[in-house]
Amino acid sequence: MEPEVYRQMGLTDEEFERIKEILGREPNYVEVGMFAVMWSEHCGYKHSRPVLKLFPTKAPWVLQGPGENAGIIDIGDGQAVVFKIESHNHPSAIEPFQGAATGVGGIVRDIFAMGARPIAVLDSLRFGPLDDPRTRYLMGGVVAGIAFYGNCLGLPTVAGEVYFDPSYTGNPLVNAMAVGLIEQKDIRRGRAAGVGNAVMLVGARTGRDGIHGATFASEELSEASEERRPSVQVGDPFREKLLIEACLDIIKEDLIIGMQDMGAAGITSSSCEMAARAGTGMEIDVALVPRREEGMTPYEVMLSESQERMLLVPKKGAEARVQAICRRWGLEAVVIGRVTDDGIMRIKEGGRVVAEVPARALTDQCPVYEVERRRPAYLDKLQHVDLSHLPEPGDYGEVLLKLLAAPNIASKEWVYRQYDYMVRTDTVAGPGGDAAVLRIKGTGKGLALTVDGNGRYCYLDPETGGAIAVAEAARNLSCVGARPLGLTDCLNFGNPEKPEVAWQFYQAVTGMSRACEALQTPVTGGNVSFYNETEGEAIYPTPVVGMVGLITDIEKRCALAWRREDDVLILLGETCPEIGGSEYLAVVHGLVAGRPPGLNLEREAAVQEVVRQAIAAGLVTAAHDCAEGGLAVALAESALAGGLGAVVELASSLRPDYLLFSESQSRVLLAVPPAARDRVLAMAREKGLPAAVIGRTAGRALAVRVNGRTVFNLSLGEMEKQWRESIPALMAR
Amino acid sequence: MKFGVIVFPGSNCDQDVYHVLGAVLGQPVDYLWHGDTDVAGYDCLVLPGGFSYGDYLRAGAIARFAPIMPAVIDFARSGGLVLGICNGFQILLEAGLLPGAMRRNDCLQFRCQWTYLRVENNATPFTNRFREGQVIRIPIAHGEGNYYADAATLAELEANRQIIFRYCAPDGEVTPAANPNGSVGNIAGIINREGNILGMMPHPERCAESLLGGTDGRELFASIVDWWQRGERLGA
Repeated sequence: MEPEVYRQMGLTDEEFERIKEILGREPNYVEVGMFAVMWSEHCGYKHSRPVLKLFPTKAPWVLQGPGENAGIIDIGDGQAVVFKIESHNHPSAIEPFQGAATGVGGIVRDIFAMGARPIAVLDSLRFGPLDDPRTRYLMGGVVAGIAFYGNCLGLPTVAGEVYFDPSYTGNPLVNAMAVGLIEQKDIRRGRAAGVGNAVMLVGARTGRDGIHGATFASEELSEASEERRPSVQVGDPFREKLLIEACLDIIKEDLIIGMQDMGAAGITSSSCEMAARAGTGMEIDVALVPRREEGMTPYEVMLSESQERMLLVPKKGAEARVQAICRRWGLEAVVIGRVTDDGIMRIKEGGRVVAEVPARALTDQCPVYEVERRRPAYLDKLQHVDLSHLPEPGDYGEVLLKLLAAPNIASKEWVYRQYDYMVRTDTVAGPGGDAAVLRIKGTGKGLALTVDGNGRYCYLDPETGGAIAVAEAARNLSCVGARPLGLTDCLNFGNPEKPEVAWQFYQAVTGMSRACEALQTPVTGGNVSFYNETEGEAIYPTPVVGMVGLITDIEKRCALAWRREDDVLILLGETCPEIGGSEYLAVVHGLVAGRPPGLNLEREAAVQEVVRQAIAAGLVTAAHDCAEGGLAVALAESALAGGLGAVVELASSLRPDYLLFSESQSRVLLAVPPAARDRVLAMAREKGLPAAVIGRTAGRALAVRVNGRTVFNLSLGEMEKQWRESIPALMAR
Repeated sequence: MKFGVIVFPGSNCDQDVYHVLGAVLGQPVDYLWHGDTDVAGYDCLVLPGGFSYGDYLRAGAIARFAPIMPAVIDFARSGGLVLGICNGFQILLEAGLLPGAMRRNDCLQFRCQWTYLRVENNATPFTNRFREGQVIRIPIAHGEGNYYADAATLAELEANRQIIFRYCAPDGEVTPAANPNGSVGNIAGIINREGNILGMMPHPERCAESLLGGTDGRELFASIVDWWQRGERLGA
């Protein structure tokens, strides 16, 4: 075989040699294609596997950790939550609508592949600044694509985040998370067990779309990427809705052993992964695969990434019943092969064998690369920028209004009003809060969901930034009264073959792992997205954390909105002069520099515990995490959410701008009724936590004084205008 | 009183309506499959929201040809109570059971938000627990809710008091700013002349429990049950 052939598919000369070694012969074209996609970074995790081992993945409530279609967590009463996050960055960069839409479709399939009823979607998005028309095109397309797919499926998109930074201009991030609910007895795993069992393909017909999508996901973006547009699949959410209902009916009747969705690398990945997990082999006849187009070669059938398809291994004799259920839902279900006992993926076209490869060679023998790690040179410069001589702002009211209008802080209503976040009638708290809250019908319990990450922090210190991503997600869940149980991560980085990126990746995972341990939130799965670079320039290292928590009594939940006049405002935690990497520094001083705020995980765990305790005891009327924009923005957000102002009196030796806009971690702003004040303060004291009464809710303005001097007094109206109208105005340009 | 919730391929609010009728209101309720051809034994049919047949071609345009639709049309024409919510409303329009048509929202985007509605007519099986002129709060979630009817049809709807809900400001004023989709006359819901077929874009099933932020929707379903239990009937 000419080297150009396998190189074009993304394999290196060494990898090709290794394939020859495994097979004991030269692979044919179909086989090289199968290896190329399975050994792509996207499927094979060849630059991340050893590092991912650092993640803690176990806890008594984890029913399924990494390695399956999705992770599973026990929530009691025989029920479990199934959840996972995945990236669709590269497809969305060149075809935003379909790229994002099929991102949702793919992650939702991972959920019902486990047998769960999908119940919610979340999204985490990153774009360049909105003054660039292409960014507006990308954001418009991505949001419309998520809405198109999720809304049609009848899945509420209940929470998410959107950040803007020049580092994402050429390479936006589109991470979608899906969550499902399941009776534990219905859990299925993607295993092709039972020699002689049929292998069935259910759902859409197979076309030429998306061939080598996984390979495309594993290379940097460039001018030539536009030509990859045909690698982007086209979504049909209507068919996926039918597929969900059919598959859940099939589960309900207990007809299958295992099932797996066909995402990246299509039939190739789903079949060999199912076989490898069960230690079996599989024989598949591509001639039996229903086609959308004429004249497709075995290579094309095996690598097609046509959407809305599932691979099922039914119990013996259940094939006809599976077909009947699928027919009822208007879907095709076809037997395309059998489970075998020899561990070999044998692909035939009619009577002719066209590929013969050990299943585990594709899944487990993918080479693993340990790249030399090097601390990037930019860090020395940026971390040591002297931030102590910044000019102090003259008008703090103006600064706060500017921050409220900054797209990273401004209301994201423009985005989420396009998503149906209420369908399924479980959304107790939708987008716009610290975390979404869903009720679990018939139980009195609730699920809390959030997705978080701060690329800027990670750029300035990936270890701390990674830890903060986990801590903030957990803090958001605690602020609604939920106990964090576990997380799924989407690790978005640049080219891992570069030592600097390898270093960022390792550092971020280390930091995340540390926080996972401290907060008892194991990782149950996730996704790595490398090669997020344009013309050689990497994005900020951006680990995104999707976290799930449980509220044992849905009546004992909390939100950020101030609702009662004369409630006491308590700031839990300590404000330090930490403006490195802050939104204030970026928006007001035009600097991305310094170190991100420090994170003391013991302190973090204690703060969260006190918040949950106080909420569970019914002592708290509002709780809000202090994040981007610091205390001042947290105050404004709680005020705007509830339509109620406050009078705040701060005493501090810090410069007012540090005090107001520092993004110190482990801080939560609580509103409590006057009668609960002393008890909440005592709870904090017991844990050795700083807690200060800083004011009370009142009126229709936010008035803040520092050491007796008024620093701003803004009406809700003027704050609301900046905060609510900023993104719509930018998008309307 | 027995309810039937019709399940089209792509319906996705069927379970939500079923939950409200069954678990919240305690009424007998069944799913009715689009492929069936009989609706005998039911007192009220609900066409739920969703994306029947993917909304391909045009929302509701394919669903009107579903095998169950002739039975639904017969049921409706003989005075049976029919409630179409969102996609169900679109289907009723396409099936000719209600006048007018839907266009894409004037903003050309999907809209999910709470809306205020003014109850224009409470003398119907669906709204009798509301006061006339009452402002209620019910969410919408649609991409094609921009109701249109020509001037003659509108005049007729007005004259016969067939406009049931209009989008309004919290104080009840019907203003352009309160219109989320561009629908003519801020129309959010209409009834047929005989008063037994209601189509509405807002989703009453999404606000039938206080946990979900409102209970005005519950009153709509409870109106139907009250009306039925009082022994009132329409048509043949």
